[in-house]
Amino acid sequence: MGHYEAPIREAIITGDKSYHDISVDVAAPIEGKANKNWWIAFSIALLAFLWGVGAIAYTIGTGIGVWGLNNKINWAWDITNFVWWVGIGHAGTLISAVLLLFRQKWRMGINRSAEAMTIFAVVQAGLFPLIHMGRIWDGFYVLPIPNQLGSLWVNFNSPLLWDVFAISTYLSVSLVFWWTGLLPDFAMIRDRATKPFQKKIYSLLSFGWSGRAKDWQRFEEVSLVLAGLATPLVLSVHTIVSFDFATSVIPGWHSTVYPPYFVAGAVFSGFAMVQTLLLIMRKVSNLEHYITRVHIENMNKVILVTGGIVTVAYLSELFVGWYTGSSYEDFVYLSVGAATGPYWWAFWSLIICNAVIPQFFWIKKIRRNYIWTFIIAIFINIGMWFERFDIIVINLSRGHLPSTWTQFSPTFVDIGIFIGTLGFFFVLFLLYARTFPVIAQAEVKSILKSSGNNYKRARDTGESLPKQTVKIREKVEIIEEVADDKDAQASNLLESLGEFDASTDKADDLKKVKGIGPVMEKTLNQIGIYTFAQVGKMTKKEYDLLDSITGSFPGRAERDDWAGQANKLKS
Amino acid sequence: MSSKVIHALYNDDDVLMKAVKEVRAAHHHIEEVYTPFPVHGLDKAMGIAPTRMGITSFMFGVLGLGFAVWFLNLIMIQDWPQNIGGKPSFSFAENMPAFVPILFEMTVFFSAHLMVITFYMRSKIWPFRKAENPDPRTTDDHFLMEVAVEGSEKELTSLLKGTGAIEINVKEKH
Repeated sequence: MGHYEAPIREAIITGDKSYHDISVDVAAPIEGKANKNWWIAFSIALLAFLWGVGAIAYTIGTGIGVWGLNNKINWAWDITNFVWWVGIGHAGTLISAVLLLFRQKWRMGINRSAEAMTIFAVVQAGLFPLIHMGRIWDGFYVLPIPNQLGSLWVNFNSPLLWDVFAISTYLSVSLVFWWTGLLPDFAMIRDRATKPFQKKIYSLLSFGWSGRAKDWQRFEEVSLVLAGLATPLVLSVHTIVSFDFATSVIPGWHSTVYPPYFVAGAVFSGFAMVQTLLLIMRKVSNLEHYITRVHIENMNKVILVTGGIVTVAYLSELFVGWYTGSSYEDFVYLSVGAATGPYWWAFWSLIICNAVIPQFFWIKKIRRNYIWTFIIAIFINIGMWFERFDIIVINLSRGHLPSTWTQFSPTFVDIGIFIGTLGFFFVLFLLYARTFPVIAQAEVKSILKSSGNNYKRARDTGESLPKQTVKIREKVEIIEEVADDKDAQASNLLESLGEFDASTDKADDLKKVKGIGPVMEKTLNQIGIYTFAQVGKMTKKEYDLLDSITGSFPGRAERDDWAGQANKLKS
Repeated sequence: MSSKVIHALYNDDDVLMKAVKEVRAAHHHIEEVYTPFPVHGLDKAMGIAPTRMGITSFMFGVLGLGFAVWFLNLIMIQDWPQNIGGKPSFSFAENMPAFVPILFEMTVFFSAHLMVITFYMRSKIWPFRKAENPDPRTTDDHFLMEVAVEGSEKELTSLLKGTGAIEINVKEKH
């Protein structure tokens, strides 16, 4: 019924999931305890973050002189890191907005985490212009508000100011987009929560989401419109970042190809970072059934396309620079001068990491391989950092006046701040992974019937569709595999509950007990439980036995207090 | 007037959809349906009017654009016109190309945020608000249809049972 999907499309939810399974799997990392690895990763990230805080405090206290900047190279690691982080922050919105407009179902497994990554990355990016101001307490000068300098306003002709507007709009819109999508998932966690404190927190976070039909109708429309707004927005952000360079007169920066090339590069690096994070998270948080090979392969295809655009841009920059015959162009970041000059290592890092290595994704085996994907994604992360380093530092190091030619070397403060933002990013992401529903479970449930492997298989083979709430398949397997064991358990269970004698006793309608559906009733009947009297005798021990026999809804019977209900019904 | 409602629980979205159609065909009033995820076509089946969020967003966008034009003109042209890099700011029309990025960002900013705020207000979702779904399972894997009892309760119950409800509870509506 309306769930048909072409059989040629691979399942994007595997593991024979039911709706309830999705809730359980998404809630598991939140309800469970953090393991040792999480604490180790968190401690390392926190240390790096604290180091960064120290470096920032030192910068603000002493002045920007503590960085390695000089007269000629007056932008270096700070703006490199800024552009790198903003670029990384492009994948999230691309996945959630652009792929929504294109109706790509595979986005649903990864959009939540990609958006989280976006927001955390943009937070890191925003730090750099702020601390680069030097006097951070005068930061409000970038806002168009009357200040103590009289009615001197900000300059709206400046790309740097456009950047302030673009990035704050982007950050805030991404945030509400993310949060609106989170509401139903927080509500799911809230309704599952058993600890009062947890319940309180998730009630607060879910804004009282109830899931009415009208709410969902508005929710979907709002998501669609936000996607429509966020799509040009995400393209505008890196376009405007590129204007910071493209509108200047510095050789190498003054380039009309920058906006599209920056946007492609941003998506390229963003997806590489998504791969880096999700390949680890799917393992750590047991989400292998939701973030599958299909997701990884599709993202690798996007990487291949955007990497291709970036490579073409490099080639055209190289060619056009040479073709102009202008001697200034001989030393820009993509030129023979750069390839053989003192920054040859930065030049070749860029070419190898961004243009050469991603080409391996043409090979299907590699783009479907988790380990190779992870390795290549790391190379792209590095390569894209070098792209921004090359654009900024190589171009500034070889200006119009050869007597000013110089080089840049970072101080421990430059490095410390960069490491600090990495730490801050991972601190935020690790906390997110333990407290937020990391999969948009409501959306995933809505595609389960079209893209779940059990449903797809059922359609292919013509067998009856999987029923919700009780996993027939799993039970069949249990019955086959541990038939003897099950029989033993069942007779054990009956011993304590009392046998049902069809000649003297009358079977009750067990469905009257809240929590027992028609299928569960059948299962109980199979075991030999027919009456309220039998159910009424159940205690913790019998519940556990029952759970181990049926294998579905562990703990449900106890939660719903079947025995108590049955005793009431009996009288 | 008796204000009883029946809560019929379903565990499948397709069964729910069919049930909604059947209940409506039998001229019963569906007060509300609570679902764990968006069930496509449910709003149409229930006869809910289309949402106007898209229109709202457009109007907020126009407002944002208008606001941006007003404040750019005030700041750059009226209040303190400057000659920046040989490109004087003496007329809005001539300077407009340089304002396009800001005009665009403000349009998006207004339409996105005000639409989301409108959505939250209309659907009554905000911090510290209590959830109103009658059964916690409706955010997990159950679908709850709330039907007003008019006339015979038994008849309605049997109708709902016939639609495949797995659980039926009669509640006093307060």
